[in-house]
Amino acid sequence: MRSNEGRLTDSAVQPSSESTSGLLQELVAHLRENRTQLREDWARRITESGLLTAMTREEIFAEATAVYDNYVTVLETGSVEALEAYARDLSERIIPRGVEVHELLGIVLLLRDVLARSLFVKYQSKLPLLSRVLDVYEPAANGIATTVAVGFVQERERIIRQQQEAIRELSTPVLQVRERLLILPIIGVIDPQRARQITEQLLRGIRANRAKVVVIDITGVPTVDSTVANHMVQTVDASRLMGATVIVTGLSSEIAQTLVTIGVDLSRMRTVGDLQGGIEEAERLLGYKVIREKTEEEPEEEPEATI
Amino acid sequence: MSLLVNKVAIVGDEIHVPISSDADIVIARQQGRALAERIGFTGSSLAVVATAISEVARNIIEYAKRGEIVLKGVNQGGRQGLTVMARDQGPGIPDIALAMQDGYSTAKGLGLGLPGARRLMDEFEIISKVGRGTTVTMKKWVR
Amino acid sequence: MLVPILKQGDFLIATIQSALTDDDLLRLRDDLAEQVGRYRSRGVIVDVTVLDVMDSFAARTLRALAHMVGLRGARTVIVGIQPEVAFAMVQLGLTLGDVETALDLEEGLELLHKRTKRSASRGR
Repeated sequence: MRSNEGRLTDSAVQPSSESTSGLLQELVAHLRENRTQLREDWARRITESGLLTAMTREEIFAEATAVYDNYVTVLETGSVEALEAYARDLSERIIPRGVEVHELLGIVLLLRDVLARSLFVKYQSKLPLLSRVLDVYEPAANGIATTVAVGFVQERERIIRQQQEAIRELSTPVLQVRERLLILPIIGVIDPQRARQITEQLLRGIRANRAKVVVIDITGVPTVDSTVANHMVQTVDASRLMGATVIVTGLSSEIAQTLVTIGVDLSRMRTVGDLQGGIEEAERLLGYKVIREKTEEEPEEEPEATI
Repeated sequence: MSLLVNKVAIVGDEIHVPISSDADIVIARQQGRALAERIGFTGSSLAVVATAISEVARNIIEYAKRGEIVLKGVNQGGRQGLTVMARDQGPGIPDIALAMQDGYSTAKGLGLGLPGARRLMDEFEIISKVGRGTTVTMKKWVR
Repeated sequence: MLVPILKQGDFLIATIQSALTDDDLLRLRDDLAEQVGRYRSRGVIVDVTVLDVMDSFAARTLRALAHMVGLRGARTVIVGIQPEVAFAMVQLGLTLGDVETALDLEEGLELLHKRTKRSASRGR
């Protein structure tokens, strides 16, 4: 440990090592010794700059304290993992409060400036040494700024992905119409990603609703390529692993052709012409008695609702 | 579920899991799953990654008796992903094309999970030399 | 990790409680086969709710388990395969063959009752 702690003046000859690690240690010691002053300078600069308007002064100070100490530790150890974790953590906390990346980067850069200035002061009469100290300080400080900004952006991307996932889920409802029966109407063109997401949603739905029968209606799907067809088969198989029986309805002859072409054994899959038929089949499987009056429209049957 | 961490080594930003027993397969896939979660994988991708790791780790044991699984997060053009490397210094695979055929592994029941692992992951590469060993490198990207 | 096996009437229920190594799975297979013989059980439930991965070895072993148990005159139902696990299994191309599955323990027992009630005399 160095014996010249607490000395801000540089007139005394510092027995500092000329090596990089020696300079680093000296730099870190300086930053630690003067942390109170430097943190205050920083907090003041943040306020002056008008950044972090979304946070209160107390919050700013609390975060500033933690960031300062982590900053110095990272300079000292070069441990980017700790900083990455912290940056991610910080982002998780401030993004919901509306803090923007330029604000976060702004305050980290202000800290960099505040610390750099204190180095200028410390080594002002020893420019060659200052130059070497800056050689050590600058890359480390810039690395930290980059890491924090990248951490922020990644966290934001993660949140956006989550939101997109939620939106996708909303657009593919898994409907429970009866006890133990789920209906999944699929409409539109399905790309592999959507197919995957539909499968995941259905399987979770089977668990949540304790479904024994699932009717997947693809009347509204115009075409299906072999990748998606494979997904469909996988969906059926996965549902069966969860103990559910799958009925596919609305299978056009074109899609049936695609399935046959990729080698799907259609006899393995329960298929019914239309959704109505599929639901009846499902009800039969579930043990509901389906009573159908014979053939023509009965007079006592309810007329179609016109509302 | 407790994470068994005794044998795992962190080397830089890589996680090394030595594979020499069936218990190690569990460790490898738990580590893989945990790392995948940290990287940002969610839902069934976690199970998919863990399963792929299980398959290649088992492959090491059945074919080479011992080896190593190396796990690492990667970042390419803004995309986050996970790399799994399964390497051993075992006998090597004489006919890779054959080993990568589906029917071959399931029919023979040799438990060569290679074709399966390939299906589960986004990128898959295998290098094997008879008498020298095998290295499988596979990647999966967060969607 | 030893898997606890409970006897419930004519059925045996094995509930997996944590990640299993290959040896654990093989032991479960053998234990169940032995106990089915010992108690002349007519059905076996293996609850895999807790498993977050089902790989080719696990699938193979469960199929073998069902086969061995079947040789002793009992039916097997695997219950509790989770959505993520089912998803990964089908992507890998795993199949449980003829082994029946059900959503959970309750469904599994109901299925076993259905499957074994008509064959009481044959003990199958």
